Amino acid sequence: MDFQGYGDLLITGAAMTIKLVLGAVSFGLVLGLIGTTLKLSRNALARAVGNAYTDLFRGLPELLVVLIMYYGAEALVRWLVNDVLALDVAVSISPYVGGVLSLGLIFGAYASEVFRGAILAIPRGHVEAARAFGMGPVLTYRRIILPQVWRVALPGLGNLFLVSLKDTALVSAIGLNELMRSANIAGRSTRDYFTFLLAAAFLYLAMTMVSMAVIALLERRANRGHVGAAGH
Amino acid sequence: MNLDLVATFLPKLLFEGLPVTLKLVTLAVAIGVFIAIPTALLRVHPSPLVRAFPYAFIFFFRGTPLLIQIALVYYGLSTLPWIRENEVLWPILREPFWCALIAFALNTGAYSAEILRGAIQAIPRGEVEAARAYGMRGLLIVRRIILPRAFQIGLPAYGNEIILILKGSALASSITLLDITGVARLLYARYYTPVEAFVTAGVIYLILVYLLTRGLRLIERRLSRHLLGPPETELAEDR
Repeated sequence: MDFQGYGDLLITGAAMTIKLVLGAVSFGLVLGLIGTTLKLSRNALARAVGNAYTDLFRGLPELLVVLIMYYGAEALVRWLVNDVLALDVAVSISPYVGGVLSLGLIFGAYASEVFRGAILAIPRGHVEAARAFGMGPVLTYRRIILPQVWRVALPGLGNLFLVSLKDTALVSAIGLNELMRSANIAGRSTRDYFTFLLAAAFLYLAMTMVSMAVIALLERRANRGHVGAAGH
Repeated sequence: MNLDLVATFLPKLLFEGLPVTLKLVTLAVAIGVFIAIPTALLRVHPSPLVRAFPYAFIFFFRGTPLLIQIALVYYGLSTLPWIRENEVLWPILREPFWCALIAFALNTGAYSAEILRGAIQAIPRGEVEAARAYGMRGLLIVRRIILPRAFQIGLPAYGNEIILILKGSALASSITLLDITGVARLLYARYYTPVEAFVTAGVIYLILVYLLTRGLRLIERRLSRHLLGPPETELAEDR
């Protein structure tokens, strides 16, 4: 393949893609934990908010979430700064922030379901034992629930990570120079879309494979010392 | 949010965008099934050499973004000289609709094949052995036992796949197709009111996804009605 000097552009694009997915997933994990806490709350209003969050972000096309969050957040910030605070400054949101915001919200919506299943999978006796030892709710959460949730939730979270990795391509729609947009730019300038899009596709495949290997490693680490139903 | 604008946008989205989205999704799902069945059957073939082909196909389409697949078909193929000179292929690959349809059908075909493979492997051995014992062979077992059972087992996962392709159809707007999202982007460009245009489109998708989920649940219940039965009798039999 001849990249006609555009190889570097693809590499910087791929680096931006990695930066984007890591930012979005970190934000999404926090949102997922908050979403699960809301859904498992005893308060009916909190449960309704949690469920509305997941239904909304799992039912909307990802591309629309990216567009709505980017332009919506910008309109919101503009309104806050220019109208509420009455400051005369031009504000805009960077495409990177828009991407982290929207992909993070999508990841969080799916992750809150994964976390919910994992928390429900923890035997009641573990929580009761922690209480009997005198642990408070926060300590129980940190020492007993979260470490176990991580182990049970990891396969589901791994799948979500792979989905997020591919969803980063959508952020090209709001002008972030990640891998997809870089491939498009190179394709347009050289009039050789085929080479660059295919090269980008293989870079995504490579990133997918590396992520899969890392997820397998994390799963093995999380499962150390755990005796499964099969006895090993 | 300006509600007057929403009232202007809604008919355009419903009467211009919605039919394109529905046409694209139904055709893609239908063609996808035809791709998925042979792919899944080859994927469980005893020979590793035969298995390698569907595996590579599935791996490519599941490992790369759908957006890039669409762009590859629409922008990528059109830069190849032998495609432009081909009298049969060029009139098809020139049209954004057909390009989107090809990309979606191949994509959902790959995902569905993987769902179908999992379902085929989940069929209890005894059912296939029973079919053999009745004297059924090869294709007859595939047609009468394996495929119907696999569809039933794989339906919940397949339902999710249909929802994903409905949401993914929004990407067709990236190759200038005027589906719901495409019309919304056009309205945004004309009125410069992104929030109104995209939120209105989003509500339409939410309703579509809701209806689809309800419909799928009905089909699922119908396909496994022999397992449900009225609750009272179930209890009576257990005791």
